[in-house]
Amino acid sequence: MDFKSSLGLIAPEIILSVSSLVLLLVAAWAGDKASRAISVIACFVLGACFFLVAPMVCAGVAGPDAVAFDGLFTADAFAGFAKLLIFAATGAALVIAPSFFDRTRSMKAEYPVLILLAALGMSLMVSATDLLTLYIGLELNSLASYVLAAFLRNDERSAEAGLKYFVLGALASGILLFGMSLTYGFTGSTDFTAVRAALTGDMSTGALFAVIFVLAGLAFKISAVPFHMWTPDVYEGSPTPVTAFFATAPKVAAVALLMRVSLDAFGMQADAWRQIVLFVALASIIVGALGAIGQANIKRLMAFSSINNVGFILIGLVTGTVDGASAMLVYLAIYIAMTAGSFIAIVMMKDENGAPVELIADIAGLSRSKPLLAACLAMMMFSLAGIPPLFGFWGKFVVFQAAVEADYVALAAVGIAASVIGAFYYLKIVKVMYFDEPADVVKGSSDWAHWALLAISALFISPLGYLLTGWLGGVADKAATTLFLVAA
Amino acid sequence: MTQPSTRAPKWAKGLNYDRGEAVIGIEHYVVVSSILFVLGVLGIFLNRKNVIVILMAIELILLSVNINFVAFSAFLNDLVGQIFAMFILTVAAGEAAIGLAILVIFFRDRGTIAVDDVNRMKG
Repeated sequence: MDFKSSLGLIAPEIILSVSSLVLLLVAAWAGDKASRAISVIACFVLGACFFLVAPMVCAGVAGPDAVAFDGLFTADAFAGFAKLLIFAATGAALVIAPSFFDRTRSMKAEYPVLILLAALGMSLMVSATDLLTLYIGLELNSLASYVLAAFLRNDERSAEAGLKYFVLGALASGILLFGMSLTYGFTGSTDFTAVRAALTGDMSTGALFAVIFVLAGLAFKISAVPFHMWTPDVYEGSPTPVTAFFATAPKVAAVALLMRVSLDAFGMQADAWRQIVLFVALASIIVGALGAIGQANIKRLMAFSSINNVGFILIGLVTGTVDGASAMLVYLAIYIAMTAGSFIAIVMMKDENGAPVELIADIAGLSRSKPLLAACLAMMMFSLAGIPPLFGFWGKFVVFQAAVEADYVALAAVGIAASVIGAFYYLKIVKVMYFDEPADVVKGSSDWAHWALLAISALFISPLGYLLTGWLGGVADKAATTLFLVAA
Repeated sequence: MTQPSTRAPKWAKGLNYDRGEAVIGIEHYVVVSSILFVLGVLGIFLNRKNVIVILMAIELILLSVNINFVAFSAFLNDLVGQIFAMFILTVAAGEAAIGLAILVIFFRDRGTIAVDDVNRMKG
């Protein structure tokens, strides 16, 4: 691959980096009054990148044609699939932000710029086929995220969320880096293909440590148990649009990264990491289901929900098959729609002063004051619980199917049992909205952009979503096959 | 990158180089960096005083990783490790800047940077 065609392969990343830097200059000169215009331009940039990547995914690009810069970067269909989800979720985080921040006049021009930089980092992460690219992408995303978490500078909880996220995120990067340095030392290379070739047969203790440290660092980033403790605090404290962002796009990026690292770089040592991933998946499902039960804050509850969902996604990784990987991608796509939809509904819940409503007790009787909003949120909750007519069921179904086909029946059984426990708290929200005495806290209207996004995600997870199963499954299969093709 | 010289430096006169007693091997570097890494992690978890100490512990972790990379790079005769170390240094600078910035807004809101006071959210 010569330099010119390499540049062609990273076109979306070039567009993202150049436009975020230009917008940063605009933000510096024009100040906060330009924040809306910058947001709109940022949305268009993400849209352009989306449509640049989309044909690549449909064509199922793979193999040496997709490798840029001597193996540092791979723009294959797998990366493309993840990028589409990332760009869509990032766009949603941009659209819902202005009206949330405007009330306290805290909409700053840096918000869209930081979001774009985070998207750039994520898109590097999912394309990384070298530890160096992986690290740069991960840090670009993390550094932007720390600032975003602390974005409401005058809010104590936001500052605290930023601080906690920073300290634990930096620790996670440190653990990941230590693992990468050991990987480099024991395999002699940072390239995934070379690492894979070096890690065959019996593994030395040092290499085993390397695998464990890398997986631990990545588990931190996807907030899997036992590295989940930052998630509830950060999700609760961050401004809601930022929480919506954290729960969607970075999750896709980190899960895709984890898939590529464990199936490509450490692919020959699947037996070594399978036990770890199995434990992490089960622990996440159970902790996510049980931890959410006593929560009074809906953002905190969604944090446990995301921990729970990460557990389900990891079941696909345990199988280590193409079907499992494809199921993970399908689950991710559906998870993004459900979670983004839930958070959009949460952003739309405001009291008479326009202040965000976050307590579950305050949304009691929402069905009477805001029937449409309550119906949408109820649908998201039913879908997250995996109740059949809605699309959330399909995600769980494909993951469990892959697990059963790979002879992990016990794992699937535990997962299904835990998802029944998890259904309890999702349904509790529905019960509070529909059957409790109205608290009459949620007032105020929302702009059309919120309604439009909510409608799109509700439509996607409605039974109509099943029309997409064939197409979505096909694209995910193609993307997952790419991952194994590179590995072969 | 060359293997470490086998000629004894002045400070190692008493040691017998031919028997390989005083040669600093890769394992010494890995042990030092592991110790630094563990100190850094413990610094984050055991520290009950203030957040600045946590920032220092994070730097310690990153430096231990750098020692690893440079040592491996020298022993493997491969430059990638040193390039990686340069990137880590750069990112560490950015990370420290962002960490301090977040700490400043935290202090402005709360008037304290004691670890025990980072407790607005629990559960």
